[in-house]
Amino acid sequence: MASRYSNLTFKGYRRDNGRVGVRNHVVILPVDDISNAACEAVANNIKGTLALPHAYGRLQFGADLDLHFRTMIGSGANPNVAAVVVIGIEPGWTKRIVDGIAETGKPVAGFSIEQNGDLKTIMDASRKAKEFVHYASELQREECSISELWISTKCGESDTTTGLGSCPTVGNLYDKLLPEGIYGCFGETSEITGAEHICKERAVSPEVGELWYAMWKAYQDDVIEAHKDGDLSESQPTKGNIEGGLTTIEEKALGNLEKIGRTSRYIDILEPAEAPKSGKGLYFMDSSSAAAECVTLMAAGGYVIHTFPTGQGNVIGNPIVPVVKITANPRTVRTMGEHVDVDVSGILRREMTIDQAGDALIDMVVRTANGRNTAAEALGHREFVMTKLYRSA
Amino acid sequence: MKIPHLLVHDHADNVGVVVIEGLKAGTQMLCVVTHDNSSFELEARADVPIGHKVALRDIASGETAIKYGEDIGRFVADVGKGGHVHVHNLKTKRW
Repeated sequence: MASRYSNLTFKGYRRDNGRVGVRNHVVILPVDDISNAACEAVANNIKGTLALPHAYGRLQFGADLDLHFRTMIGSGANPNVAAVVVIGIEPGWTKRIVDGIAETGKPVAGFSIEQNGDLKTIMDASRKAKEFVHYASELQREECSISELWISTKCGESDTTTGLGSCPTVGNLYDKLLPEGIYGCFGETSEITGAEHICKERAVSPEVGELWYAMWKAYQDDVIEAHKDGDLSESQPTKGNIEGGLTTIEEKALGNLEKIGRTSRYIDILEPAEAPKSGKGLYFMDSSSAAAECVTLMAAGGYVIHTFPTGQGNVIGNPIVPVVKITANPRTVRTMGEHVDVDVSGILRREMTIDQAGDALIDMVVRTANGRNTAAEALGHREFVMTKLYRSA
Repeated sequence: MKIPHLLVHDHADNVGVVVIEGLKAGTQMLCVVTHDNSSFELEARADVPIGHKVALRDIASGETAIKYGEDIGRFVADVGKGGHVHVHNLKTKRW
């Protein structure tokens, strides 16, 4: 059924695999920590490219190694990326990442350092990166339906105003746009603690709810119970959360869950950095509750815009996905307004309804999709943070 | 509607959230329940920062704190109606 949101369009970059991006990056991607220097040198040589340095990629194994490859390949495959140069210390794992990204049909080339050295690798990779910049800079935006957007969400430095204002604003966006056929994603496994009984019920079916609960319980048992050395209240809620008035994880979780609105139901659960495979709709990604890790994982899952409610003012951004900040806290608007894209503090004054706030966020998401730089982009926030599951061998 | 001092999510809640900066003890607060926009008045018994919680009635140690109509933890100290509710008198039941 057509709604007033059905005819919304934006101008995006349509990729060979049919997905639509809202940015057009040429990424220089290190396979491992020791290839960061070469990648940064290439990005310095060739203007219009973006290196994604990170801390991992050596001696990982099992599920942790799978996650590393999923995050690397997913980041390169993200529709916001036009082309990728991959650099690793050796050719084997480099090729594995190149081949994974190549499945999208986008230009990708790999270079390895052993038996070449940094300098020759940087020269060869720079020549290829320059080709890719010429290619990418001639691509044109074209009109796309709102239904082609993949929008993820995660909140950070939450306070009691996020549960009252900014999280319900994102929930309102999902309630309005999921019926139009977008892909949505929420996560933060540990931060559902205290609202898990409600989250389980928000699955599309009891079977999916049971899958979700087993995933949530596994984190409680395998990570929290296995590693805690007392009360987690020093970490969850964070010191910032407590400053903002949140007292317990239960209170924080209930506010967090406001991000999925009133009517939306999740249709499946995703491994960290996993791309959805069950069609359009809302997904729960098993993910860290730390902002940079969570947004990096969702970007690797293929999401192209991130909506980020904050109370006390988390300043996070992401190198390949625009992060739209929403706050309802008037003190945060007053003291650090340069980080805020959508001010919904009127909700607290009862001057703005959740419905109006949701429309304001949808407007900003469309403008961001059209190319408006977010506050985090303008301020240079490019937090690319890999999740690591356990110690390397 | 006048700008409220305190918002309450649900009628079942026994705590509300201060939504203005610089709230002083003794302020006769306009309180709004967001669920249905109904309102009531309550006197603040402490200076409470924006975002922090206030008890809507006298609460004894051991009682459960209710917000969003849900359990958000256990009171570990008595708190009077209009008093400040936070880590000094409310603890999680988890972790």
